[in-house]
Amino acid sequence: MSMITITIDGQKIETQEGEFLLNAARANGIFIPAICYLTRCSPTLACRICLVEADGKQVYACNAKAKEGMEIVTSTDNIEQERRSIMEVYDVNHPLQCGVCDQSGECELQNYTLELGVDSQSYAIKDVERAAIDWGHIHYDPGLCIVCERCVTVCKDMIGDTSLKTVPRGSDPLDATYKESMPKDAYAMWNKLNKSVIGLTSGEAMLDCTSCGECAAVCPVGALVDTEFMYKSNAWELTQIPATCGHCSAGCQISYDVKHESIENSSDKIYRVMNEWNYVSLCGAGRYGFDYENRGVTKDKDAFVKAIEAFKQADTIRFTSTITNEEAFILQRLKEERGYRLINPEAKSFQNFLQEYSTISGTALYGSDLKETHDANFVISVGTALKSDNPNARYAFNNSMKMNKGAGLYFHPIADQVIEGLGKNVMSINHAPLQEEAVLYLILDLFADKAKLPEAIGKYLEQFHSKKTVTITETVKEEIIESVTKIIVDEESGEEKEVTEEIKKMVAKKIDKEVEVQSNALLEMVGAPENFNEALAKFLKKANAFSLIVGPDCYTHPNAKNIARLCALIEKYSDFKLVMIPTLTNTLGVSLLCDLDDEAGSYSIGYNTSGDFTLSALGNGDLDMPALNQQEGTLTSINKRVNPTNAALDYAGYELNDIANALGLESELTVDYTERLPVERGFRSENFDALPNHYTNEGVEVRGYLLDNRGVKTDNNEHVDEIDTDLTLEEGSIIYLVNPVRQFTAFTNTTEQLHTDGGLYMSETYLNENDINEGDTVTVSTSLGELRVNVISDNKIDGAIACLPTFDSKINSEALFGGYRFTSASIKKV
Amino acid sequence: MSIEQFQDRNIGTQNYFTVDIEDYPVTGMEKFRRVVRRTFRGELFVGLWVVLREMFRFDIHTVQYPKEKLPIGPRYRAIHEMQRLWESGTERCIGCGLCEKICISDCIRMDTRIDENSRKEVTEYSINLGRCIFCGYCAEVCPELAIVHGGEYENASEQRAHFTLYEDMLTPVEEAIAQKQKEFPGFGAVTPYEDERVKKTPLAY
Repeated sequence: MSMITITIDGQKIETQEGEFLLNAARANGIFIPAICYLTRCSPTLACRICLVEADGKQVYACNAKAKEGMEIVTSTDNIEQERRSIMEVYDVNHPLQCGVCDQSGECELQNYTLELGVDSQSYAIKDVERAAIDWGHIHYDPGLCIVCERCVTVCKDMIGDTSLKTVPRGSDPLDATYKESMPKDAYAMWNKLNKSVIGLTSGEAMLDCTSCGECAAVCPVGALVDTEFMYKSNAWELTQIPATCGHCSAGCQISYDVKHESIENSSDKIYRVMNEWNYVSLCGAGRYGFDYENRGVTKDKDAFVKAIEAFKQADTIRFTSTITNEEAFILQRLKEERGYRLINPEAKSFQNFLQEYSTISGTALYGSDLKETHDANFVISVGTALKSDNPNARYAFNNSMKMNKGAGLYFHPIADQVIEGLGKNVMSINHAPLQEEAVLYLILDLFADKAKLPEAIGKYLEQFHSKKTVTITETVKEEIIESVTKIIVDEESGEEKEVTEEIKKMVAKKIDKEVEVQSNALLEMVGAPENFNEALAKFLKKANAFSLIVGPDCYTHPNAKNIARLCALIEKYSDFKLVMIPTLTNTLGVSLLCDLDDEAGSYSIGYNTSGDFTLSALGNGDLDMPALNQQEGTLTSINKRVNPTNAALDYAGYELNDIANALGLESELTVDYTERLPVERGFRSENFDALPNHYTNEGVEVRGYLLDNRGVKTDNNEHVDEIDTDLTLEEGSIIYLVNPVRQFTAFTNTTEQLHTDGGLYMSETYLNENDINEGDTVTVSTSLGELRVNVISDNKIDGAIACLPTFDSKINSEALFGGYRFTSASIKKV
Repeated sequence: MSIEQFQDRNIGTQNYFTVDIEDYPVTGMEKFRRVVRRTFRGELFVGLWVVLREMFRFDIHTVQYPKEKLPIGPRYRAIHEMQRLWESGTERCIGCGLCEKICISDCIRMDTRIDENSRKEVTEYSINLGRCIFCGYCAEVCPELAIVHGGEYENASEQRAHFTLYEDMLTPVEEAIAQKQKEFPGFGAVTPYEDERVKKTPLAY
């Protein structure tokens, strides 16, 4: 792709060859009206309002590609007529209920109707009954729907659920005279619009998807709204507070929409979360899990004094990674000043993994980010329950399948219907737990440049290859000639005649054939399906941009160090670009900022986790702390970006900085530490207030700053251990430590819309086989402990692995696991 | 309207007359004389006599406020009222929030929710009369003729912030059903010529 020059309305602009005209215009501040187009998704061509004239021919700006020297005119008399008619059509039978509609004030139908000056209506059609429907967390009012299909497009191209589709409207056909009297495109658009409304792909009454709410976010009118938000507030009353989502490592750009709670109570309340949906897509936790603030906290002086005493007495600080970089830096400073041990097992394992990785790669951080996954056309995911661990990584995975005609391999022990449903080009390979090493060796074997690969590894890989003869059944098409005798009645005489005709026919024939094939023992080790090689060959036909996503299963693997080295080798010797999913919100930041310890001391302070003295933003500790939506600070995302987040809600209690000040550090505000974040660890010395947080019209992310991926000295030792074949889980059922979609931590579970009781999630087949019903109480026991939990049926997973969540603080699931996310357990019905 | 009629200052055709004002006293002596003249002429008693005369005539023009009140014009903008629909008595306010948005002194607030029938319901509505400047924008912007300015202008209060709530402003439901609610002819109301100004939309029924 090269840069070319095109002319839009006399203005010369530079753009990528093959870029859609609409995007090129938007990037250069030229306005072309468009309703149905979503950046990062495929053009829908539903609204046709983005008509422009390119080199004298009318084209749609959203799907016409830029060519060198193109002359584009965005408005001619004919185009203006088309646009005006299209807007009139959109207004046909659109209820005049702007007064109560939730979209009023930010409605694209309102905006374009005014923009194009529609002040009279020329068209009419008899309306059909279109009753509003509740689809669970989404409310659909077909009466308001303009069938731009943005919801359908985003659900398919970005999210990957494909839960929505167009269904027949059942209305009368358009009046025949319109075909002559109306502008051509307006008629065609109306003809299509008049036949459809939006419905559920499943055909059921309720949405059964990953509930991200992106469809409601992209809806230009008030047809799709969040059921909870409905009729609560008008758009213009809400103050938008730019922030970064605090639930997972994706660090999505969001805005908290805040307004006073009610006439009686004028304190602020978050009503909803909005996003720049053209450039960032949220998951259900980000969108609906916003009210996790620590409410009604005041300065409790006694508790503060006790906290200071506890800090003076303590030798250990335990914490989780749901904290800002500044707080992590304060903890590190406290360690330096007072010698605390910092305990954070999840960040520690990630830190170790990164460090081991750097010894081969020579860089402190992995080389790629999710943006490159979006742009890739062959993606492999290893060691992560993609939909739960980082929904944005899954969107990137899906987006690369749909937009770049890409393909993907998903290596994970649990068969996940959401991932399998992403498309035919996704192969889900359910290897046994602990086989991540074999998977990475397989990737090396398949994709690495063998000539450059260290000799020892090349030889080791060679061992897995053997030749064997297999009998395959091939279907061959054969031409045969058949003679058929027919009786024909002569039309004139009425006589019957017998005629013999010879007909050539192609007949499919099955032949058994003996073929010598390469067999790869690695494929068996990872449990690849038999057609793996053929499928892969098909997937790779057009693949030229590769992306590898590595997830938390690898960091806690007993041979995590070896896996880290393998990842570095894959990145070094193949075309794969590597991105690692940090386990929690700010795991990457914490692992860069803090020197973490393995062994805890005798008296510990817990920050958002239990300790002898507990600081908690969940409101259940000895001293209250602000939650992430009540603090300002920065969070480090999977994209290696330090994103600023602002306080959406008031907080009147003490924060970590107050404690640090009482212990001798001096800083008025927590964000004063932003510019003191260590440059030698990749951060930049930038003032918090100077950090931007937005996207430009070009879709460029102008948020915070990118970490410096500084070089690290390598020892040139590229040795990796062989696959540890002795490594197996003990006999018994296997359980996996993973949260359901829309849950990450106890914080998501405190929110009103997401609050739920956790349990043991089991696939339907597993439940049937073991005669367990949903709601039964079972005991789950491992060598480390025992738990009593209720069983929850999960129709999105398959196979015999049960899942235990971490979001429900009533279930101490982590105690059952010895680091690695899989373990064997015995599950008994009570 | 042209500017000419304003430029036409033809005073002569009307019955103007010059007020007869005597020259102002200049010297001290002249001032002294004027004081003496005014003091002993008994002008005070002239005024007292007028009052006494009118008292006996029983023809007093003073309005006996607060016992007696003058009628208020329909376009007068006093304390707001919330209208109901005729016959059904349903509240007219749909909670669109336009009054809240347009209010230049930012004194209107409302709470809305979705009710049992999936309709938008106004649960509370308040106007801070301490801030309200009675500009009438709320009544003018209201698409439903729900909020209007009534004739109640007595809003003296013991405190600066005085709130009026939804139920205080709302027409009692019996009154609306009995069709005793006065339709509002004032600020923002539909004019008699509205039909001529509206473009008609084609209908396919």
